[in-house]
Amino acid sequence: MAVIQVERKPLTFAERTYIPQILSGLKTTWKHMVAPNVTLQYPEQRPEIPQGYRGVPTLVKDPHGREKCVSCQLCEFVCPPKAIRITPGEIPTGTENRHVEKAPQAFDIDMLRCIYCGFCQEVCPEEAIWLQDVYSTTGYTREEMVNHKDKLYELGGTLPDKHFKWDHKKAAEEHGNAH
Amino acid sequence: MEFLLDHPLILAVIKGIAVIAVIFPLAGACSMAERKVSAWIQGRPGPNRAIPPWFAWVPVLGPLLQKLGAFHLMADGAKFLFKEDPVPGNVNKFYFILAPIIAVIPAFTTVTVVPFGAYFDRAGHAIPMALAHVDIGILAIFAIGSLGVYSLILAGWASNSKYPFLGGVRASAQLISYELSMTLSVIPVFLWINAPGTTGSLSLARVVEFQAQPGLWGGLWFLFIMPLSAFIFLTALFAETNRQPFDMPESEADLVGGFHTEYGAFKWSLFFVAEYAHMIVGSAVFVLLFLGGWNILPWIPLGGVLHWIEVHTHLPVFSNAIVAGIISILVFITKVCFFIFLFMWVRWTVPRFRYDQVMKIGWQKLLPLSIANLVFYAIAIALIQK
Repeated sequence: MAVIQVERKPLTFAERTYIPQILSGLKTTWKHMVAPNVTLQYPEQRPEIPQGYRGVPTLVKDPHGREKCVSCQLCEFVCPPKAIRITPGEIPTGTENRHVEKAPQAFDIDMLRCIYCGFCQEVCPEEAIWLQDVYSTTGYTREEMVNHKDKLYELGGTLPDKHFKWDHKKAAEEHGNAH
Repeated sequence: MEFLLDHPLILAVIKGIAVIAVIFPLAGACSMAERKVSAWIQGRPGPNRAIPPWFAWVPVLGPLLQKLGAFHLMADGAKFLFKEDPVPGNVNKFYFILAPIIAVIPAFTTVTVVPFGAYFDRAGHAIPMALAHVDIGILAIFAIGSLGVYSLILAGWASNSKYPFLGGVRASAQLISYELSMTLSVIPVFLWINAPGTTGSLSLARVVEFQAQPGLWGGLWFLFIMPLSAFIFLTALFAETNRQPFDMPESEADLVGGFHTEYGAFKWSLFFVAEYAHMIVGSAVFVLLFLGGWNILPWIPLGGVLHWIEVHTHLPVFSNAIVAGIISILVFITKVCFFIFLFMWVRWTVPRFRYDQVMKIGWQKLLPLSIANLVFYAIAIALIQK
C-alpha cells in the first residue's frame, strides 16, 4: 500500500487563540441542548413491546374458551432452572372436554427461578404456554412470586388458534376417522 | 428594636448570616443547574423526580418544579449534611478540617462588597445597594478572593497522599499564574473612570454609573470599548474559578486524585459551595465592569427606562426605592445567570488543557497580552482625557 502523506498545516493565528474552535464547539452543544430529547420517562411512559418478546410465561385459552394445557409436563422437564412444577390431573367424564382427557390440577411457575428462555413455549405440543409482554414482576415475599394456575391463565388470556386439533380429533372420531 | 440595628456588631452579624443564608442555596441551585445543563447538552432530561409528597398536589407549580429538579437541591443539601463525614486516620487533622473553612471564608467575604442593584433617590442619582459599600471595591475582591488559594494548598498537603498533593500543587500554581493577568486586564477600566480632576475611586458602582451616561460614547458598555480587556478577564476568570478548560484541580479529580479526594460529605460540599460562590462573584464582577451592571441595554440606562415608565403609566417604579431596587436586582441577576450558564456551557463543550499548556498560556500568552493591552489603553486614555 502506498504511503499517504498527511499534510499538517501549522495553525493560523486565529486558530492558535482557540477562539474559533471554542465557538464552533459551543454551536454544536447548543444544537444538542435545544434538540428535543428522546428519553422515555418510565414509569409514566412505557416502552413499545415488540412481537415475539419473551416476558413472563403464561397459559392461554383457545378462542372457544377451553384451557389448552394438558399437563404433559414436557415444559417441566425442559425448564433449565426447574421453575415449573405440575400436578397432572384428569378431566372428569361427562364434561364437554372429556376427549382431551388430561388437564393440570396444579401448575406453578416460580418467577424467582424463571430465566425467560422460552424453552417451555418451544417444547409445548399444545401451544398452551406463551411468553407474553409482561416484563416486570415484583413482590414482597417468595410465596407471592410463585404464579399459580389461575394467575397464569389470567395473565395469558386468549390467543388465536390455527389448528383446533382437539376439535378436529373429536369431529374425526364422531365421523369414524375418515382420514 | 432600632437600637439593635444601630449597633454595628449586630448589624454585621445579621449581614453575615444573610450572606450565608443566600449564597448556600444559590450555590446549591448552581450545582443543580450544572446537572440540568450538562444533561441537556448530552441529550437527556436531567434530574426531575424528587418532590415532597404533599407538594405534588399543588396544581401547576408542583409538577413544574419537579421537572426542573428543584427539590433535588434540597435532597442533595440534606444528604451532604447528614452523611457520615470521614476524617481518614493518616491525615493532618487540624489542616484537614481547616482547609474547607478557609475555602469558604474568602468566597463569602467577596460577596459583601459586590453591589447588586441600585435605587434612585429624590435627585435621580443611583444609590447602589451592597452589603458593604466600600470605595476599594475591586481591590477588595481581588485581594480577598485570592486567599482561596491557601485552601487548595492546605487540602492537598493535609490529605497526606500523593494524588491530592499533586492536585493541590497544580491547582495553586494555576491560580497564582492567572491572578496577574486578571488584575492587569481590568486596570484600563479604572483608568477610564478616574479621569484627572475627579475624585478617585475603585468602586464598582461608579463603573456602572459610567456606563449609563448619555451620549454615544457615554452609554456604550465597556465590553465594546475595551473588548480585549474583557476577553483576558473572562479567560483568567475561567482559570481562577477552576472551570473548564482550566479545570485541572477539579477534574484531574476524575482522572487521578485532586485536592478533594480524601474529603467526604459536608467538607466536600463546602469546597464546591466556595467554587460556585467564586463563580457567582466572578460573573457579577464581569457584568458590573463590562456589561453595564443593572442597566438594561447599551444606551438604555435603567434610570431612564424607569423614569419613562413612571411618567407614562404613573406607577411608582422610579420614585419607590424598593420597587426600583428590586427591578435593578432582577436585571442584574438575569445577566449573572446568563454568565453562569455560559460557564457551564463552556465546561461541557471544551476539553481541558494540559498542565504545561495552562502554564504556557498563563505566563507566555496572557500576561504579555494584558501588559500590552494596559500600555495601549494607558496611552490612549491619557491622550483622550488630557
